[in-house]
Formats: sequence, C-alpha cells, structure tokens
Amino acid sequence: MTSNNKLRLLAFATTLALGIGAAHATDITGAGSSFVYPVMSKWSAAYAEKTGNRVNYQSIGSGGGIAQIKAGTVDFGASDMPLDEATLAKFGLGQFPDVIGGIVPAYNIAAIAPGKLVLDGPVLAKIFLGQITNWSDPAIAALNPDIALPGAKITVVHRSDSSGTTFNFSNYLSKVSPDWKSKVGEGTAVNWPTGIGGKGNEGVSAYVRQIPNSIGYVEYAYAVQNKLGYARMKNAAGKVVSPDTASFQAAAATADWSHAKNFNLLMTDAPGADAWPITATSWMIMVKQPKNAANSKVAFDFFRYAYGDGKSAATALDYVPLPAGLVNQIEGYWKAEFKQ
Amino acid sequence: MRVRGFRYASLRPNLHPALRATFSRREKGKVTLSRKVMSSNVAITVISNAERRSRSDAHHDAWFRRLLKACALLVLAALLGAALSTLWGGREVLFGQGLHFLTSAEWNPVTDTYGAWAPIFGTLVTSAIALILAVPLSFGIALFLTEIAPTWLRGPFATAIELLASIPSIIYGMWGLFVFVPFMARIEPGLSATLGRIPLLGRLFEGPPIGLGLLTASIVLAVMILPFISSVMRAVFQTVPNRLKESSYALGSTTWEVVWDIVLPYTRSAVIGGIFLGLGRALGETMAVTFVLGNAYNITSSLLMPGTSISSSIANEFNEAVGTHRSALIALGFLLFVVTFVVLLISRLMLRRLARREGA
Repeated sequence: MTSNNKLRLLAFATTLALGIGAAHATDITGAGSSFVYPVMSKWSAAYAEKTGNRVNYQSIGSGGGIAQIKAGTVDFGASDMPLDEATLAKFGLGQFPDVIGGIVPAYNIAAIAPGKLVLDGPVLAKIFLGQITNWSDPAIAALNPDIALPGAKITVVHRSDSSGTTFNFSNYLSKVSPDWKSKVGEGTAVNWPTGIGGKGNEGVSAYVRQIPNSIGYVEYAYAVQNKLGYARMKNAAGKVVSPDTASFQAAAATADWSHAKNFNLLMTDAPGADAWPITATSWMIMVKQPKNAANSKVAFDFFRYAYGDGKSAATALDYVPLPAGLVNQIEGYWKAEFKQ
Repeated sequence: MRVRGFRYASLRPNLHPALRATFSRREKGKVTLSRKVMSSNVAITVISNAERRSRSDAHHDAWFRRLLKACALLVLAALLGAALSTLWGGREVLFGQGLHFLTSAEWNPVTDTYGAWAPIFGTLVTSAIALILAVPLSFGIALFLTEIAPTWLRGPFATAIELLASIPSIIYGMWGLFVFVPFMARIEPGLSATLGRIPLLGRLFEGPPIGLGLLTASIVLAVMILPFISSVMRAVFQTVPNRLKESSYALGSTTWEVVWDIVLPYTRSAVIGGIFLGLGRALGETMAVTFVLGNAYNITSSLLMPGTSISSSIANEFNEAVGTHRSALIALGFLLFVVTFVVLLISRLMLRRLARREGA
C-alpha cells in the first residue's frame, strides 16, 4: 500500500466516524414566544455541550409559534398565552409551563428611588385608563403616605407591538378593575386609552428612562438591567410586595395549578400572601402523538434539563425556575398525556 | 450590396490562409461554396455571407428585444402580484368592514374592530410636514452647490449630502430616539409658550413636552429625504446651459433672478420629480418613524402629540397578529399601496399640466 492510498483510507475512516457521530446527535426545532428566547438560547447552548443534541429556537412570536406547531413544522411551540381546551384537542396538542418571569410597573420620577413607590391594581388600572393623570392624585398619595409625590403630569408608556407581556398585564388589570375589563379588556395588543407606545421591552424601557414622570410596564429583567425605578405592588392578599425571585416563585406556588386542566392558568393576581401580582409564564406546546418520536424524546429530555440543571442559567437571566411541586405535576402530565 | 460585396472581396485575398479558413467555417454551409467560387467570383460569396450575417443579427435582435421586454414585464408582474396579494390577504377586513375601515379611528384588537384612519392620518401628516421642511432646504443646498459655492467645495459637499442618503433608517431611528427626542423635549415647552399662544395656529403646538410625536417624526423624515431631493435638484440645475444663465447675467440679473426666472423654469419637471421621489420615501419609511412617533392610535390637532403611521403599525404588530388582526394589517399594506399610487398619479398629472402650459 502506497502512502497515498493509506492517506485516502484514513480520510475515508474519518469521514465514516464523523458521519456516525453526527447521526447520534439530534437537532430539534422550536419556535414562538420572544419572552423565553434569552433563556432558551442559554439552555440550548449548555444542553448541546452536555448531550450533543442541538435545540434551535426561533423567537418568531407566540402567534407564529402556535401556527408552526399546528402545522407540524417544529418539534415544540412556545406561547405566552395558553391554548384553550378545544384547540388543544382539535390539533392533538398538549401544553405545559417552562419558566417564570415577572412584569413590573417601571417609573421615572426624579425624587423617588427605585422600589419606593407603592401601587395597587385599581390605581394602576386608573393610571393606564387615563383617569389618574397626575402623580399627586389622592389615590396614589393614600398608598404612599411617606413620599412627597411631585405635582407632575403622568406620561403612560405601553407596548406598541403585540406581546405576551401586554397580554399578562392587561389580564391582571382586567381582574382587578371592572372598568378596565369593560373598556379595554385583555389581549396581546389592546386599544390603549392613553399614552405612547414603545416597541418591545427595550422600547418601553428607553421611553421610560427618557421621559420624566412616565410610567410603563416591562419584564423584570429589563427593569433591573436598565436600572429603572420599579414600583412595589399591593397584592390580592393586601400585602405590599417587591418584585423578586421569592415573590415570583410564591405566585407560581400559590396559583391553583392542580385544578387547571392542561395548565391553562394565568398567574396574575395570585392569592398567596407573598405573591407578586403580575407574574407570567410561557407554555411549551407539543404534539401528543408525534410523527418523529426521537425528536420528541429529545425535547422532553431538554425540558427535564431546563427544570433541573438549567435552573441556574434561568436565575442568572432574572427568570425564575418553576417550583418543585409544579415540576412534578408537569412530569406526571407528560406520562399521562404524551406518547414517549 | 454591390459596393459592400466589393469591399469585402478586395479585403479577402489579403487574409492569412488560416484566418480565411476560420472565416469561411464560421459561416457554416458556405465553406464549400466559398472555396469553389473563390477564384472565379469572390463577390457573390461575400454578398450572401453578408446577407446571412444580417439575417442572424436580426434574429439576435429579436431575442434581445424579447429579453428586455421580459425584464420590464417582470417589474409589472411583481407590482401587480404584490398589490393583488395584499388585497387578497386583507379581504376579510377590506370587504367585511368596507368604508368603515377607512373612516373609523378605532383600532381595537381585543374586539377585532379596525379602523385605518389614524395610521393614514399620521402617514399623510408626517410626510406633508417633512416635505414642507425638506423642499426649501434642498432647494437652498442645490443652489448653493451649483451657483454659489467655490468649485473646490462642491465635490466634498455633494458627497457629504449623498452620504446622508446611505445611512440605514434604523440608525436615524436610534439617533432620533436617543439624541433628537431629548432635544425636542427641551425645546417643546418653549414652542408651546410662544407659537402655542397664536390663535388657531397655536393648536398645533399644545400638549405634553415628551419629545416624541408627529413633529419630531416629521423632522427626522425631513432629514432623511433631504439628500434625495437635493441631489436630484443639484443634478438637474447643472444641466441648465451656461449661455442661458450668462445671457441673463449680462442683462443685469441678480443671482436670485437667474435662478428663479431661468434655472427653475428650465428644470421644473425634473425638480417636481425629485420632490415626489422624496415624498415616496417619506410615505413608506418605517423604522425611523416607529422610534420617534409614539405609536398611539391618536388623531389630534397638536403636532406634539404621539400618532402612528401605516408602515409603523404593520412593523409593530405583524409579528404576533393572527386572524382578523393580521388581515387588518395586510389591508393597511394595501392602503399604503393606494396612497403611494395616488401621490404618484398626482405628480404625473402636475407634470403633464406643466408640460402643456410650457408647450402653449
């Protein structure tokens, strides 16, 4: 055998080995909610390092994610809004929550430090309805007896794009204010009675930071990273709570998951004493009888990883991992509902 | 024929034998004939070669014409396809709600009732104000560069203005939001206190000084369309024959009189074309407007209040829109088509009227 032939044989063997290696790894695809995108990309990188399986997640928006999983073009979809019973049954889908995040009212008032201002649901609804227009309004003053509120006009900032954040925020306001429910209602985009619209969490953050005496709502992570003033809220139990990991987790723990079929439950206005009132999650949606069982298996393994080792990555990005009780319930749901 | 054949014939005997062989081989089928007749009557062969050549040329020409026609038709097909597909995508709202879609200002995704008046209003107002600001400025820039500036300054200056046109609109948006909006927020109280006092006109300048709004968006748009209009104006001003201008100067005209009475009438139709080019860009501009317009479905008399535009509404909401909401956004896209088409139509009509008046 000449050296040239040897080389050729070696090259052939290498190709073969690589080919077999590649066949072992499975690539799965998910699409949907932009709310979970940051943590999804962290998880999928870490998961690929550990197992060699890659998870491609495209943040195309919840509506797109739902459409894709219905069409069967992805292995899992992600939506900030749970699907109802009829839709799940019609398309043979199941859904479960994967990570928790909080939505916080963010304000920019020169004299008031972050976390000092206290608001409650009805007052927040009135501000966003345009009924309370000045910071020195008696309703705000009653909640903040120790703070000198400025006599300045309130500028309301909301999302201009359709988003799960808006859905959860408007859902909360609908729960606490009948007036909001009848005039505006809930949805990923609503007919805002007042204010200006910023595109995305970053758009709202930028506007709040620039416009004095403004108030908006953003995901907790954005308020922290942009050093925005965030308000404390009086929750359903009447207690004033700060937005943090503990209060988000309390909301998830006290929400009545056991009676929610297909986890169809929004955590807003959760009953617990320490629960943050505007807590949100997003739902992973999968086909119950998958055509590609191998991919589906990897997807479940990926979510198992996310609930376990992936916790620290979620916390680092200011998300909150699901409480242990909920994770057990989800695993039970997998066994009962999905073909694995 | 005879003359042409003679010219070729006199050339041919001088050809190198190898070259002569390839020459005759290229004109297939003539090889034998040409050999046979070469000595006796060269002219006949060459005439028939020339005929064959001109026939194949005509053939090629026909194909070339068809190819060019196909290129042009492709544009028409794309335009028609885009218009029809937006019409089709928006049919649920366009035909379901009819005229109500055009006249209503309520945009409510919760109850699925959509009215396009607020975005149409925002688009028209911001584009109109942008034109009002940009046209005189562009005119001044173009005049300065063609009539007044020293020659060594013209090149760099013109390049600098064209550079403005190459900045991506997202950059204008970021600049608008982080630099220009705070600046506007600082001067808006002054505007309200001075211009806001004038009766009637003052209503344009009421409102909270938040820096975002119709006026801010219009100014950013004006900066964006400025290079388009001014570079067209500059180019056409340069085409005015020097003797026309110099004759006018010789008669004792001032620079302004030369520009107003000679340069502008000479280039009028091209100048209007340039202005409408800018208007077209202003109508469709998305990112920069989204950043500074405020994105609220408002119709107000004040320029300091936030508004929305057709393209920014689509860009904002399309991602998560499903069902009727999506149909409403596609219908908005169709409306933008219609608005742009109407604007172009008006410009054509204006140009035609001008041409007729000049002809008369």
